[in-house]
Amino acid sequence: MPEAPLERASSTRQIVEIVAAVVLLTIFLGASAWRQSDGLSSGTLAGTAEALGIIIAAGLTLIMYSFLYRDNPFFKAVENLYVGVGLGYGAVMTWHQALKPEVVEPIILAPSFGALGSALIVRGVPILLGFMLLTRISRKYSWPSRYSYAIMIGWYAGMGIPITIHTFILEQVNAAINPLFAPGASPLATFLSINTQIIVLVGTVSVLYYFFFSLEHKGAGKVVSRVGIIFLMVSFGASYGYTVMARISLLIGRVDFLLYDWLQRPRP
Amino acid sequence: MWYKRYLPLVLVFLIGLLGFLTQYIPHWGSEEVVSYMARSLLIIVAFAMFIGAYSLLHMHLTRIRRQQAGWAYSLLVFVGATVMIAAGLYNEGTGPMPPLAPRGINTWLYDHVQVPCSATMFSILAFFIASAAYRTFRAKNLNALLLLIAAVIVMFGQVTISERFVNWGLYVANLFPPLHDFIVDGLGVTDTIFRKLAHFVMAAPNMAAKRGIMLGIALGAISQSLRILFGIERSYMGGGD
Repeated sequence: MPEAPLERASSTRQIVEIVAAVVLLTIFLGASAWRQSDGLSSGTLAGTAEALGIIIAAGLTLIMYSFLYRDNPFFKAVENLYVGVGLGYGAVMTWHQALKPEVVEPIILAPSFGALGSALIVRGVPILLGFMLLTRISRKYSWPSRYSYAIMIGWYAGMGIPITIHTFILEQVNAAINPLFAPGASPLATFLSINTQIIVLVGTVSVLYYFFFSLEHKGAGKVVSRVGIIFLMVSFGASYGYTVMARISLLIGRVDFLLYDWLQRPRP
Repeated sequence: MWYKRYLPLVLVFLIGLLGFLTQYIPHWGSEEVVSYMARSLLIIVAFAMFIGAYSLLHMHLTRIRRQQAGWAYSLLVFVGATVMIAAGLYNEGTGPMPPLAPRGINTWLYDHVQVPCSATMFSILAFFIASAAYRTFRAKNLNALLLLIAAVIVMFGQVTISERFVNWGLYVANLFPPLHDFIVDGLGVTDTIFRKLAHFVMAAPNMAAKRGIMLGIALGAISQSLRILFGIERSYMGGGD
């Protein structure tokens, strides 16, 4: 799909934006040179590399935040660079964690024919399936990749059934029907525990009923379904709040980096 | 052709049956099978990386070749990937075979390009979520009100400023001592009330709804797995003959 062209700005706005970009770049370079001067002029490769790394990271961070103003060429450039670096990192990790120890070292660099034979017995089939997987790239000759997908998907589907039943059904049902009274607990703790248990049980059943579409929700069923919606709304709100706080936490991390690592402000 | 269309379906069923049985047979043999399959799938999935890389690079190469809008940005995808892979292969002059150098160019690029970009990209969502919240959380009806209250409680429960808000509220309530006594002694409100409420919301109503959803997802996943094993679901086979 072709990339959406950037929004056209009026000529006056374009001039203002170019001037603002130049001013901001000057401020950024000036602040970087000033605050990272110790590292840059440390004379050691490690110190210079670290300072340079902080400046680059700060620049990339600020360019990415420029998207909050509007989509711009700098953001697009960094976005694509990020994708490329991510791909490269993934490739390097795949090499070091899977291809090198499992394919190259035991097969290609096998110390003896005996070692090669035993490596081929253990790894021959998966390596062959790996190469067959690559045929998915071809439109005409992609059928061998079906065997690789069949083994991957079949294994996970078959093994996943008992695991799903145990983890997501039995364990959840077990947790939902705990005893109301815990021996030795204080009256207040028992009261709170009973309330929580009942709320969880009522909520679980009503939410399940809400998603049960084989029966028309009317009469008493409508009430249960309505209770289910209430629980779902509270849960969505809680999840939303939790997600917001996670993102805010990341934002704090970036601001922390800009203030204390890039600008070298003293920590309070 | 039977080996193109039907043999993969037979293979799915047999391998799936094997995976299913290993979970019910407590024997060293089934543990060996699970271990062998884990190692084999690691190797197969490693090859899948090439397909992903090919797909991404092919898309950007097409964009460059056709000089579509924004094609110059696509060059940066190649620049980023090439530099990162070259740094990994160089590996501080030791080549690709020794373990990755802990303080090499690859790690440097990861620490100063990949990590900041990733964290910033996700933190930008904080702004968009806040703007979406403004539109979503207007209490137009009971459902929206419940959503708003739950979100506010959970958010306030995680920040210390909520304790300051409660203290300010108690300070104002102290202007009317009976009201203050009722709130503090009668209702048991302390400055950690939001933290406790957030814990309750997460542990009771949220857990109840999540559990209901999880049970539904589990039933769906099992039925989907059975559809795959019995050859009803075949989308993984792709197109063609």
